[in-house]
Amino acid sequence: MSLLEIDNLSVRYGPADAPPVVDGLDLRLEAGEVLAIVGESGSGKSQAMLALLGLIDPPGRVAADRLQFAGHDLLALGERQRRRLLGKELAMVFQDPLAALDPSYRVGFQLEEVLRQHLGLRGREARRRALELLEQVEIPAAASRLDAYPHQLSGGMAQRVAIALAIAAEPLLLIADEPTTALDVTIQAQILELLLNLQRERGMALLLISHDLAVVAECASRVCVMYAGQAVEVGALPGLFDAPAHPYTEALLAALPEAGTARRPLRGLPGSVPGRHDRPVGCLLAPRCAYVQDDCRARRPPLEAKRQSQARCYHPRNQESP
Amino acid sequence: MLSFLARRLGLLIPTFLGVTLLTFALIRLIPGDPVEVMMGERRLDPQMHAEAMQRLGLDRPLHEQYLSYLGQLAQGDLGQSLRTRESVWSEFASLFPATVELAFAALLLAGVLGLLAGTLAALKRGSLLDHGTMGLALTGYSMPIFWWALILIMFFSVELGWTPVSGRLDLLYDVEPVTGFMLIDTLLSEEQGAFLDALRHLILPAIVLGTIPLAVIARMTRSAMLEVLREDYIRAARARGLSPARLVFVHALRNALVPVLTVFGLQIGSLLSGAVLTETLFSWPGIGKWLIEAIGARDYPVVQNGILLIAALVILVSFVVDILYGLANPRIRHRQ
Amino acid sequence: MNTPLPLTAEPAWPSPLREFCQAFARNRGALAALLFLALLVACALLAPWLAPFDPAAQHRDFLLTPPAWLEGGQARFLLGTDELGRDLLSRLIFGARLSLLIGLASVALSLLPGVLLGLCAGFFPRLLGPAIMRLMDIMLALPALLLAVAVVAVLGPGLLNTVLAIAIVSLPAYVRLTRAAVLGEIHRDYVTAARLAGAGRLRLMFVAVLPNCLAPLIVQATLGFSAAILDAAALGFLGLGVQPPTPEWGTMLASARDYIERAWWVVSLPGLAILTSVLAINLLGDGLRDALDPKLKNLA
Repeated sequence: MSLLEIDNLSVRYGPADAPPVVDGLDLRLEAGEVLAIVGESGSGKSQAMLALLGLIDPPGRVAADRLQFAGHDLLALGERQRRRLLGKELAMVFQDPLAALDPSYRVGFQLEEVLRQHLGLRGREARRRALELLEQVEIPAAASRLDAYPHQLSGGMAQRVAIALAIAAEPLLLIADEPTTALDVTIQAQILELLLNLQRERGMALLLISHDLAVVAECASRVCVMYAGQAVEVGALPGLFDAPAHPYTEALLAALPEAGTARRPLRGLPGSVPGRHDRPVGCLLAPRCAYVQDDCRARRPPLEAKRQSQARCYHPRNQESP
Repeated sequence: MLSFLARRLGLLIPTFLGVTLLTFALIRLIPGDPVEVMMGERRLDPQMHAEAMQRLGLDRPLHEQYLSYLGQLAQGDLGQSLRTRESVWSEFASLFPATVELAFAALLLAGVLGLLAGTLAALKRGSLLDHGTMGLALTGYSMPIFWWALILIMFFSVELGWTPVSGRLDLLYDVEPVTGFMLIDTLLSEEQGAFLDALRHLILPAIVLGTIPLAVIARMTRSAMLEVLREDYIRAARARGLSPARLVFVHALRNALVPVLTVFGLQIGSLLSGAVLTETLFSWPGIGKWLIEAIGARDYPVVQNGILLIAALVILVSFVVDILYGLANPRIRHRQ
Repeated sequence: MNTPLPLTAEPAWPSPLREFCQAFARNRGALAALLFLALLVACALLAPWLAPFDPAAQHRDFLLTPPAWLEGGQARFLLGTDELGRDLLSRLIFGARLSLLIGLASVALSLLPGVLLGLCAGFFPRLLGPAIMRLMDIMLALPALLLAVAVVAVLGPGLLNTVLAIAIVSLPAYVRLTRAAVLGEIHRDYVTAARLAGAGRLRLMFVAVLPNCLAPLIVQATLGFSAAILDAAALGFLGLGVQPPTPEWGTMLASARDYIERAWWVVSLPGLAILTSVLAINLLGDGLRDALDPKLKNLA
C-alpha cells in the first residue's frame, strides 16, 4: 500500500456548473519518495494539497473516491482525529514564509506550541527541542532566534523556521507549496537543499509543488504535471522530461532557458488557461495546442500509459524509440 | 522601545500647548466685559472693577496674559470656582474618581461583551447570529444615549423598581471616602450591603455609557477577525493541527486585537462626551455633570480649566493607548 | 482563480455607476434605510400640510393625552399630546424638518472647509500641512460634545450656533480623511503623469486627486450627518441647543423628562424618532461604504 493514495479528487467553488479548480486528480506517493507537482499558477496544485489537508472551507467543496494517507481514510476522519494527524504525520510548508508565521508571537513560542500539541513536550524540554529544531534547519545563532519575532527574520530565515515548525513532530509526508518562490534566488537553492537533506535523513516523503522545472528535474524522482485542474502527465524522472508525451509538458520544457543555448529564443504557449466560460468539452489544451486534431476537440482524453509516462493525450509526442 | 516613547511624548507637548491657547482664548471670546465674566458679577463699582482688572492682569497685553496663564498652570494654579470658592483642581480631584469608576465599568462591559460578540459573529459569518448581532450593534451605535437612559430608567427603575434612579450610594449608608471609588470604599467600610447598593447604582449608568463603545468594539472586532481569519498564518496554524479554541483565542484574536485596541483608544474621547450626558441624567457626581453645571451657572474659571483638564486627560489616555498598541503589535514596537 | 479573458467573447464591463447601484441594491438593509429616509424627507418638506396641528398650538384641555389606541386617547391626537397639550405627531413631523436641516447644514459647513484644509495639508507638507494637522489634533483632544458645549457656551444657545458648533466639532474628521486620501494618491503614477503633463497645482488638487478621494468622503459625510443629528439632539437635551418651544427632538426629550412616570409616550416617541433616523442613515452609510469600497465589500 502506498503512503498516499488519491483517487478522483475534485475541488469546486461557486455554482454547481462552474468548472472544478481540481478536476479528477489521481495520485500515488510511496514512503520516502520525492514527488513534484508542476503547473502554472491557478492550475490547482495548491488547492489539491489544501483539500488533502482538509483546509478547504465553504463555499469550497471537496469530493473524492478515495483519500488514503498512512492507513487513515482522510474522508472519514473526524475533525479531532484530523487535527491529531495534521502537523504530526502530515505537514505543510507554505509559499510566503513571513505571512505563514503568526506576527504576534516569538519563534520559540510557535515551536513550543506544536511540540506541546503533538508530542506533549512542555517547559524546558520543549525549549531544548525547539532549539534543536532550529539547529537542524541550519539557523545560525539559533538560541537567540528563539526570542525573535517573525518580522525580525529575513525571508530565507523565516522559511527555515516554517520548515522547523513543519518537521517538529517528524511527519511521514511533508508538502512544500512553492517553498522558494517568495525568496531571493541565492536563498532558493539553500532552502531546497535543506528540504532534500531533511527528507533523506528522516526518510520522509516530500511532495514538492513548484513551477520551476529545473528545480524539479534535480530533486524529484517522479513528477505530476497539472493543467487547468487536471493532471495531464505523470511519470518518473528523468524519463518524463527526456521524452514528454503531453504537448503541454513539452511546451513547459521548451520555455525553459537552458545553459549554453542562450541564442535560442524561448518558446511560449499561445493563448491562456481556459477560464470559467470557455472551458473546452474536449482536451483542455486543445485551444492552445499546436498538434490539435478533431478528436481532441470532441472528447476529453483519459490518463493513459505512454512510452515514458501516463498522459492525457490522443496524439502524444516523443513516442518513437531513440 | 524608549525612543518610541520619547517620540510620542514629543508630540504631546505642542498639542497640550495648543489646548491651553484654546482655553485661554475661550474666556476672552465670550461676549461681554471680561472682568464681569471672570468675577461672575454684574455692575461692579468702577473702583473694584479697576482693581479686579489689575489683579486678574486683564489690563496687560494679550501675550503677557497668556504667558502668565501658562505660568499659573505650571504652578498648578487652576483658579477658583465662582460658586463654591474652592480651587478648581480640588473640585476636579474629588469628582474625578466617580467618572473613572463609571467609565471603567462601561469600558469593561463594552470590552468583554464587544470582543465576545464580534468574535462569535465573525466565526458564524452570514448566520442568523451574525446578522442579529450586527443589527443590534448598529442600533447601539445609532443610539441617542440620553434617551436610552430614560428608557432604561423608565423600565428598570420606575416599572420594576430594581435599580435606583440617581447618585452613587443610598443616603442610608455612611461610607468613608478612601479611594474615591465607591465599589472599593464600600468594600473597605463596615456597612452591610453598601457594596451591593453601590453596584446597583452603577449598573444602569454603566450600561448607558457602555452602549456605544460596545457597539463599536463589536463591529470592529468582527471585521478585524474576518480579516485575520483569512491570513496565511491562520491557515498554517490549522495545518499544524492546532485546536479551534487555540486558533481563535491565541492566534486570531491576538492579532485582531491590534486594530480593536486603536478603536478602543479613540473611544476615550466619545466616552467622555457620553459621560457628560450620562452623569447629568443619573445625577452621577462626576466631572461631566460638574462641567455642564458650571456652564449653566456661568462659572467660567471652572469651565476654562475643567476643559483643559479633560483635554489633558484625553491626550494622556491616547498616549497610553499608543503604548499599549505598541505592546500588542511587535512590528510597531521595533520599527525604528 | 486566475481566469484571463478569452479574446473571442469580450464581456461588457458594467459601468462604475451601474456596478455601484447593483452592489448597493443587493444590500437590503441599506435599501430599506433609503426608503425610510425618503419618507422622512417627504415629512420634512411637506410638514405644514402633513401635520394635523400647528406644532406650537396648546390644547389646554388635553394635557398629556395618551396616544389614540390607548385608553383615554383621542382620535384627533394620534400620538397623544405633551405636557402643554401640544399634538405630539405634529411636533415630531416638524422636528424631522429641524433635524434634517441641522444635519445637512452642519455637514455642508464642515465638509467644504474640511476638504479644503485636508487638500492643503496634503499638498503643502512642509509648513502648512503640519500646522493644520496640529490644530486638528488639538480639536480632537477635546471630546466632541464637550467642544460643542464650549462653543455654545461662548456663542450662546440657538439653532444657528448649534449648527456652527457641530460643524466645528466634525471638521477634524474630514481634514484627516482628505489628507490621508491625498497622501495615498499623490505618489500614484497618474498624478505624476498629470504633473509631467504640466497640470498646475490647483488642477492637480481638484481635478486629478480629489475625485479619487471621494468615496471615503461620501461615507464620512453620511456618518457625519447622523452624528450631527445625534449631537444636535444631545445639545438640545442639555438645554444648550435649539430652545423651546421649537419642536426639536432633543429639546422635546428634555422637557419630557419630568413625566417619565406618567406619560411614557412623550419620552419614548421623540427618542424613537432620533434612533430610527440615525439608524437609517448609518445603515445607508454602511451600504455606501460596502458598495463604494471594494476592499471592504467582502468583510462587512
